[in-house]
Amino acid sequence: MNEQEQQLLLEIADDELILGWRDSEWTGIAPLLEEDVAFSSIAQNEIGHARALYELVARERGITADELAFDRAPEDYLCAQIVELRLLDWAQTIARHYLYEEADAIRLERLKQSTDSEIAGLAAKIDREEAYHRMHAQMWHERLQDEPRYVSALNELRPLLEQRGEHTSELGQLLEEMTMVRRSQPSGTKW
Amino acid sequence: MIYEVFRQERKGQPFQHAGSVEAADDHFADVYAREQYGRRGESTALWIVPRSAVMEIHEFVDELNRNYHRVDGYPLKEKLKEARERAGTAAPSGDS
Repeated sequence: MNEQEQQLLLEIADDELILGWRDSEWTGIAPLLEEDVAFSSIAQNEIGHARALYELVARERGITADELAFDRAPEDYLCAQIVELRLLDWAQTIARHYLYEEADAIRLERLKQSTDSEIAGLAAKIDREEAYHRMHAQMWHERLQDEPRYVSALNELRPLLEQRGEHTSELGQLLEEMTMVRRSQPSGTKW
Repeated sequence: MIYEVFRQERKGQPFQHAGSVEAADDHFADVYAREQYGRRGESTALWIVPRSAVMEIHEFVDELNRNYHRVDGYPLKEKLKEARERAGTAAPSGDS
């Protein structure tokens, strides 16, 4: 796997990890119980995808997936700004979910064509779960598409899909929170 | 809206009631039912039915007390006891 491929996988993995974390902030407070279960499960899937992608890259680099996920400096993360924001507003959350799934589908489709069979295989596996995420995003999109709050959220968030390289201040705070236990209990995270 | 969900564990088996989901419409019910009853390979198929479409019957009138229509219609134990008493024989041991 060349450096460019590793970077691409890391970019996707970082997006999935950070978005998974942000989506999980809805656990327990989603608009209705069924949605709570569905959205929490989507969040967990995203983190699972991140883990699988980190593992591929980590093996190439002779380190662990955890080290990639948690031990880098905030500026070394490759995620897009759209996944970094703490959005505790349902219309904005759905707008991000919809925009992200649309963009992710295109990216996965390309990854499935990879000449590296391991990458292509993983992309196909991830895509099978993402199909459910897209169905969920589409359903909410159809329901909210005429709501002015939702439409303005789509317009505000869309440009952030392409914003990579520079991060919002929210990423640093999030990583601080994510790695708190890992940093305080190193013996509990290694064996 | 409440939807009742029935699931089939394996092909050819009868559908059994799995539970219910609350959803805004059929589309949401589809997605939520998949999530709760189908994503872990526990079902081969689901039936998703609006609760309002389910006909319910609670009362089964038996005006003329035709208890011979029911499986519990004949209190056989009582009748056996009476018959034994008339015949003067005790119940076999172990039978209580």
